[in-house]
Amino acid sequence: MADTPAPSRPETSSPRLPERDAPWMMRTYAGHSDARRSNELYRGNLAKGQTGLSVAFDLPTQTGYDPDHELARGEVGKVGVSIADLDDMRALLDGIPLDQMNTSMTINATAAWLLALYIVAAEEQGVAQDALQGTTQNDILKEYLSRGTYAFPPGPSMRLIADTIAYTVEHVPKWNPINICSYHLQEAGATPVQEIAYAMCNAIAVLDAVSRRVDRDLMGAVFGRISFFVNAGVRFVEEHAKLRAMSVLWDELGLERYGVEDERGRRFRYGVQVNSLGLTEAQPENNAYRIALEALAVTLGRSARARAIQLPAWNEALGLPRPWDQQWSLRLQQVLAYETDLLEYPDIFEGSKVMDGLVAELLEGAREEMQRVQELGGAVEAVAYMKAALVESHRERINKIESGELVVVGVNRYTETAPSPLTADAEGGILVVDPEVEAERRAAVAHWRSTRDQATVDDALANLARAAHDDSENIMTATIAAARAGATTGEWSQTLRSEFGGYRAPTGVGEATSVPSGDLTELRDEVERVSESLGRRLKILVGKPGLDGHSNGAEQIAVRARDVGMDVVYQGIRLTPSEIATSAAQEGVHVVGLSILSGSHAQLIPSVIEALGEAGVGDVPVIVGGIIPDGDAAQLREAGVAAVYTPKDFDLNRIMHEIVELVAERQRVQAGVRA
Amino acid sequence: MPEGTDLAERLRSGDLSAAPAVLNLVENQSPAARSETEELLAAVSPSALGREPAAHVVGVTGPPGVGKSSLLSRLVSQWRARGRSVAVLAVDPSSRRSGGSLLGDRARIEVDPADRDVYIRSTAVGERLGGLAPATRAAASALAAAFDVVVIETVGVGQSETEVADVADTVVVVVQPGSGDVLQFLKSGIMEIPDVLVVTKADLGRVAMRALADLRSALRSLGAREIPVLAVSSVGPPTGISELVDTLDAHRAAIDLPARRLRARRLHALADFTAEHGERGLRGLGGRRAAERWLEEQPPGLDVAALARALAARAATGS
Repeated sequence: MADTPAPSRPETSSPRLPERDAPWMMRTYAGHSDARRSNELYRGNLAKGQTGLSVAFDLPTQTGYDPDHELARGEVGKVGVSIADLDDMRALLDGIPLDQMNTSMTINATAAWLLALYIVAAEEQGVAQDALQGTTQNDILKEYLSRGTYAFPPGPSMRLIADTIAYTVEHVPKWNPINICSYHLQEAGATPVQEIAYAMCNAIAVLDAVSRRVDRDLMGAVFGRISFFVNAGVRFVEEHAKLRAMSVLWDELGLERYGVEDERGRRFRYGVQVNSLGLTEAQPENNAYRIALEALAVTLGRSARARAIQLPAWNEALGLPRPWDQQWSLRLQQVLAYETDLLEYPDIFEGSKVMDGLVAELLEGAREEMQRVQELGGAVEAVAYMKAALVESHRERINKIESGELVVVGVNRYTETAPSPLTADAEGGILVVDPEVEAERRAAVAHWRSTRDQATVDDALANLARAAHDDSENIMTATIAAARAGATTGEWSQTLRSEFGGYRAPTGVGEATSVPSGDLTELRDEVERVSESLGRRLKILVGKPGLDGHSNGAEQIAVRARDVGMDVVYQGIRLTPSEIATSAAQEGVHVVGLSILSGSHAQLIPSVIEALGEAGVGDVPVIVGGIIPDGDAAQLREAGVAAVYTPKDFDLNRIMHEIVELVAERQRVQAGVRA
Repeated sequence: MPEGTDLAERLRSGDLSAAPAVLNLVENQSPAARSETEELLAAVSPSALGREPAAHVVGVTGPPGVGKSSLLSRLVSQWRARGRSVAVLAVDPSSRRSGGSLLGDRARIEVDPADRDVYIRSTAVGERLGGLAPATRAAASALAAAFDVVVIETVGVGQSETEVADVADTVVVVVQPGSGDVLQFLKSGIMEIPDVLVVTKADLGRVAMRALADLRSALRSLGAREIPVLAVSSVGPPTGISELVDTLDAHRAAIDLPARRLRARRLHALADFTAEHGERGLRGLGGRRAAERWLEEQPPGLDVAALARALAARAATGS
């Protein structure tokens, strides 16, 4: 240690800030079932010291379907609150003073619609729209890349984003109309360099789209309203460097590409939800530490500190967190902000060679990757490229976990554990949504439709269609009018789908390279032997029923199945049970693999099994992967599922091996080494 | 294993629900399945039917990413609107390392899952580079006995459309505006001239019109000004789809169908023979050209299996 430099001499001036910093805004991503139950939850959270709201919507609301639509089956109120009309929005915000509240809404494809409902509900509370504060996530490009809750093709989606930005800059000036999300890129497997580069490229695409729709002199204000929603993984030193690198790039972009002179207008503003990808199902209590360390990544250095933080709960890999679980995460924020001395200092990394070096390294990589995307014509044109790159990075990550190169405590190392008292209760330590909610919601939206003035709604929707058709109009005005007239989420979306057309994003799996580490020879031989006995290649359908767009798991299964030699029919997200069954029959597959992470497996899986029977392929075995509590897994097996896999089954090769054996057994052919 | 003759009977009576079993059979390489496939093909051959199978066999090919799947979605709904049943055989490239494949594209052809008159099957091309999967020729001739339209979709330029042309009544090559590959391949003769050229993404306006003009001028210089070149748009409100179906119908009406199908059967037999006996077998026939010439002299009534057997016998005697 001889060459370690001595600590620098203490300065004479105080290293402290003259005044302790105000803490960031503290939120909890919350909402489930219906508006009334979620409102209760919000009021409880605010009473516990939460300082802002973060609304989680259910998948039908996010993708633009009413609770009584076929695709909504099993998903209503599951991963968030179901909001179908103005009455729901009123109930959601009841008793919450909107002139003081800062509300973040995780809503994308239908952001313009939910913002319109929010504006009208506020107006009824007597709060003018120019007083509203909050955020609509509204970043569609990352929906194509990772989250999957898009509704419209890229062109019209970019217009919807541009229109909400143009509208809010003028009429709701304190609103953040878009949160460019690097968060979900990391969840989809992005490396820090990819996360920085693709987020910046997505921001460029948005800003360029807006610049075509607003006056030039408004662009400074537009740039200043763009905020980011980032992720932080457990490698918290590098993660902090990532945020500093993003600040540098954002400042450059503002000055050089958009000519923003005002330095304050170029500040990198971001909110954060720390990493969920790295949270484990095995020994879930360890996640509490991971979350704490990840929170440091976004708070340690003052010059790149988050403006708003929401932390996941320790048990997210098991299912929906309960109010107590969320409280535990909120308390972590409060300890960090109020008990520690974190907020007493200026930037503690100023002058750090290590930090500066890390930032420089990330900047170099990100600039290179941004250049590549821009050469492909920008983020919209490069969706397929970026998607494939993310699938590839995620595959590498999984390989490293499988090989043990990447240590995950409790998963691939130190797996011995005493029984956990935290998950010992009947529900396994998670929140279970009342199964009656869906029926209640169906009845509620039907009642809403029967009591409103239909002629007014028809007029408003016809007007919306006209506005959508006329590219020179801002769609927000007609959207707010439709909200006021009593239209529903499904009607607003359907009107736009008819104008814009539907869309299916690239899956990214076709381009993923097939050089997995580890030895696949044995598995390939096994697949080869069974295929030979079958007379044709072992064929698997990998499907995602329902509205859940988190396709990473399904994609990794699809890629690995191909790599061990199977023919894989992978159809992407958002399929109805009958679509899956029809393909299974037409494609002549030997096995069906289904992936669901939204918690709606109890409804959807039996529907798929029933549909397979109706399609005449009821004998094809079905396996299921997802966030599935043990009790549910037993029920699924009773319903005819051959095997259930959860996040703790990280060894893909073992899953592959079991699939081959399953097919061999059902088809009565030999899987093992031939005698 | 279902019997080939039973499946043929179902196809002949127009039972479209036989399609999955037909594909499972023709893809099956076991000796028992291959002999059932022979039975099946014999029972739907023109000599058994007393006519050519009525379907219009359409080959759709083009480079990756040009919008074939979106185009097919629109085409299928247009055919359905005209009351025609449609089978789509999508041929996907395989991973050569593992032999496995990702058959992702079928999902991108959007159809109503409740519509029993549409059948979609994706097949990996297998060990070979480009071109058709071994079972696709057999599948196309079998399904042609029951469906009104049989589409063979392949990916690529240069090799795939040549093989598709061996099988299809009408070959459509799909290109997108701004990519020069197809134009260059056409001019240099790497690519054979297709029956119909389609430029996608017509919503791009001027760029699409420019591509149209370039292709037309290339065709003129190749002395093929009669080849139709159409612009279509599959996004937003579709355009040009109805015209494309009319153009395909017109092509089908103008060709000598029995001659084209006869050629297809002879080349199918040659492909089967080559798959079985390899290049060495081909040399035994004096090379591909000589084999094709010899096939042209065979009686037109022979089915694929009989032709393949005749080729094998000829190669064995070395004459």
